[in-house]
Amino acid sequence: MPKIIVEVMPKADLLDPQGKAVANSLNRTGHSEITAVRIGKRIELHYDNTPTEQQLEEAKQIAANFLSNGVIEDVVAVSVEA
Amino acid sequence: MKIGVVTFPGTLDDRDAQRAVRLAGATPVPLWHADTNLHEVDAVVLPGGFSYGDYLRCGAIAAQAPVMQTIIEKANQGLPVLGICNGFQVLVESHLLPGGLIRNENQHFICRDQILEVENNTTAWTNQFKLGEHITIPLKNGEGGYIADAETLKRLEGENLITFRYVDVNPNGSMNNIAGLRNAKGNVVGLMPHPEHAVEAGFGPDMPEAMRSGVDGLKFFTSVIHSLVNA
Amino acid sequence: MLNKKTATNVDTTKEAKNTPEKHQPWKELGLKLEEYDEIKSILGRRPTSAELAMYSVMWSEHCSYKSSKIYLRQFGEKVTPEMTKNLMVGMGENAGVVDIGEGWAVTFKVESHNHPSYIEPFQGAATGVGGIVRDILTMGARPIAVMDQLRFGAPENPDTRRVVDGVVAGISFYGNCLGLPNIGGETVFDKVYQGNPLVNALSVGALRHEDLKLAKASNPGDLVILFGARTGADGIGGVSVLASETFDADGPSRRPAVQVGDPFAEKVLIECCLELYKAQVVAGIQDLGGAGLSCATSELASNGNAGMRVQLQDVLLRDDSLTPEEILMSESQERMMAIVPKKDKDAFVAIVEKWEVEYSILGEVIKEPRLYINWGTEEIVNVPPRTVAHDGPVYERPVAEPKWIKALNKDTTKNLAKSESPEELATQLMQIITSPNQASKNFITDQYDHYVGGNTALAMPDDAGMIRVDETSSLGIAIATDANGRYGQLDPYAGAQLALAEAYRNVATSGAVPAAVTNCLNFGSPENPEVMWQFKQATAGLADACLELGIPVTGGNVSFYNQTGDVAIHPTPVVGVLGVIDDVARRIPCGWQDAGHNIYLLGTTEEELDGSVWSEVIHDHLGGIPPKVKLQEEKKLAEALNAASLQGLLASAHDLSEGGLAQALVESVSRFQVGARIFIDELVETNKISKTAALFSETQARVLVSVGREDDVKFIGLCEQRGIPVTRIGVTDTEPTLEIQHIASWPIADLKSASEATLPELFA
Repeated sequence: MPKIIVEVMPKADLLDPQGKAVANSLNRTGHSEITAVRIGKRIELHYDNTPTEQQLEEAKQIAANFLSNGVIEDVVAVSVEA
Repeated sequence: MKIGVVTFPGTLDDRDAQRAVRLAGATPVPLWHADTNLHEVDAVVLPGGFSYGDYLRCGAIAAQAPVMQTIIEKANQGLPVLGICNGFQVLVESHLLPGGLIRNENQHFICRDQILEVENNTTAWTNQFKLGEHITIPLKNGEGGYIADAETLKRLEGENLITFRYVDVNPNGSMNNIAGLRNAKGNVVGLMPHPEHAVEAGFGPDMPEAMRSGVDGLKFFTSVIHSLVNA
Repeated sequence: MLNKKTATNVDTTKEAKNTPEKHQPWKELGLKLEEYDEIKSILGRRPTSAELAMYSVMWSEHCSYKSSKIYLRQFGEKVTPEMTKNLMVGMGENAGVVDIGEGWAVTFKVESHNHPSYIEPFQGAATGVGGIVRDILTMGARPIAVMDQLRFGAPENPDTRRVVDGVVAGISFYGNCLGLPNIGGETVFDKVYQGNPLVNALSVGALRHEDLKLAKASNPGDLVILFGARTGADGIGGVSVLASETFDADGPSRRPAVQVGDPFAEKVLIECCLELYKAQVVAGIQDLGGAGLSCATSELASNGNAGMRVQLQDVLLRDDSLTPEEILMSESQERMMAIVPKKDKDAFVAIVEKWEVEYSILGEVIKEPRLYINWGTEEIVNVPPRTVAHDGPVYERPVAEPKWIKALNKDTTKNLAKSESPEELATQLMQIITSPNQASKNFITDQYDHYVGGNTALAMPDDAGMIRVDETSSLGIAIATDANGRYGQLDPYAGAQLALAEAYRNVATSGAVPAAVTNCLNFGSPENPEVMWQFKQATAGLADACLELGIPVTGGNVSFYNQTGDVAIHPTPVVGVLGVIDDVARRIPCGWQDAGHNIYLLGTTEEELDGSVWSEVIHDHLGGIPPKVKLQEEKKLAEALNAASLQGLLASAHDLSEGGLAQALVESVSRFQVGARIFIDELVETNKISKTAALFSETQARVLVSVGREDDVKFIGLCEQRGIPVTRIGVTDTEPTLEIQHIASWPIADLKSASEATLPELFA
């Protein structure tokens, strides 16, 4: 199924409590080489046909205005997966 | 006096908010998320809960609801709006208030009787409090950590927009101990703790005088009535 | 939206007639040969694979109660007319319903979700809450509170943390998101639950008498409507696999055995159902839980003495590859089945569409008591619904008193070292109150919303949870649940009675009058005669005690196969007691509220340390016989507490149970941080007991109360009239300390912080 993949991450300079908790746990279990963990979201938009350029542009708008909150998150990628 | 209480799918504290309105002496009017009509209410409460399951981000889907489009428009014209917990998250997602709310620092949902300091008593929802007064209001949230960038924080502090701060315990890792905010006009107020759970003796937070006797939350609702009467 | 059904080559009733010798995986589905033969004799042919799926899941232990039925009957038999006069719905329905006056009724029930919660603690616990709440909703009630009864393995075992984290987060996630206050529960750690934690969930709902709904389809022509979430491959075979036996590797277990819960969908479903009830468009309703559609269709038809025609291809699916058998067995959550008169269809549809809940009309009720299910044009099920839902097999399994029990009963605490030195007793007190089972449970309960609804009058750490049924009335209910597996192991008959007695006492201390009982009986394998003996003893004990206390069992749940290998858990009969209070403003907290009050211990203290927390924490010992059951004394005590509460004489009341007087004292000072000076010398002398027993004995029928000086005479008179021994053991104090004279004195802040530190240190 053709998709557009939107990837959203918490802003790099903000606290990511979930990521921090996972990092602490990894460190506790012996993975001291992992210095940090950040957890984001992968959102799939499904289409019947391969999305057009215009649909990709629309998806970027949706990603910026609805799927992410610019105050706390960044959209790091919007890409087509055929 | 009619005060609207919005119900989104997943809203939980709508009935509590309606009761608080009633106990304060006004008439609660249920408002439905899919309805753009505010039925001529004089003020609006966005109650707590998990609107749309808190999916995507807390408050994000509610901010897109038809009823919110009217509320945003009217709020910008001066309609008093109180956002409680999930309602605060909706206000932030609607850009009626700045910043964002993220998962509690300790990762756990927390339910506790919380002491707040009133930092501003000029708003539509806080004018019955004394400045600097300490009030006890139940707090219950999983995503109540307030965050904003340095510039926004500076503006919030500088323009005296912080309305409530946590006292003794910062339960969710909020920046600058921020528990609640107002907009510049003071008609829009949002906070994480739940004033509608401290309106009826016997069912509120424990107080030094007697168990479950806390009714500090009632003043939010008498404040808005006062400000509307005197408007 | 229509499904793109992909399943073909279904096994039809026609095919079943033509191929009588076809091999069927009855054994893999958990059926015995006799059971498979019985199905063939009912149908006069071999079952189709869909029928086999239905029978196998509905005849599993979990759904059919086949091993427990003969014992559960006594809950309905050992009753007096006085006991049942307020019962609007008794056992056998989704939950019992009790008339509490003023036109209000309440319905409550506990259910287990033990096995799924071990496999996937978060979803297991979450869907456990979801399931019990739907049971309450099904009765026509608005769910108003939840509680949970948890048993975990040893705190120091690394796997315990996985289970605790997941279960607590799952309950918090699902319950909080539903908007139901969590008003109490139990958390116990014991290594016997290591490979088999217990996750029991209780829900209570309130309804007006006229709103009562039953799960039955009785009017031919009414529509059968499935609504709520779509059907997916959740927990297929879950009921059989998880609640009884294990599928083999190539059985249907390729599908996920756990269910995933969506509390948002359930919250919407609750509001949607309540609106449907209000509009009076539902003639019967059933939730879909264990055994999914198999259960809902057959039970509705059987309860209504009618039949049903169902088109299975009209079920809305999340996964089009599901086979008809899988659709029938799916345990996808947040689904309900309504029986709707045709004339009310439009009104029904308008309401579900308002809530954006998906629905599909699967068929209709027919007069002939037969359940017909079609897959397109092919008939795949044609059975008498009663044989699926109610007339399943009933076993009288062999029972045998465990060979080890006599030796265990002889190994008493008599020879354990009992210290009389103040220093050692003080140290033991601290050891006990900071042990994981006795320590503050705030770390867990602070993760639950106990405010939502605005009707919570008491919640943890008080002895019982109390809820006002509606803001228009001051009428309320109190609920407490208890079970002590250690007592159960020593004597299952007494153990069940002690669980009842404690829950009863807890309700009485809150100011409410005990009115009804529910239970969740957690045991090992019924195929082990020793376990079956424990079950027999426990059910007899509980039924006898209910009769003596005069309160009826309104429903319950049995969870068998709680064991790891051959080792069963301790018998853990969780007993819930519901009480009624005419005015919740009268509720009594468990802690002292004001200085200068007299502190009284009601009841007699005996040298009863067998099975106690003291024997566990200080000596790592379990043996002897549990404390004596004193039901007549419990009854008198409850009456006295109620009379004193009605006259407003009690500032606080706290029951004595695990950890004895010492534990109760620490909890009483900690509740509102009001101190006390306590003297136990008189207690030791008049009761002729050791100091260890004075502090830690778990003798029953005892309550600690505080009374204002002006009410002293009245209160003592009231107790003496009823023959209840009263011993003044101290006075509340302005100093924020707990002083036990000639033993030690502790600042309350120290006791509180020590008690509150234990669980976060283990699990935060």
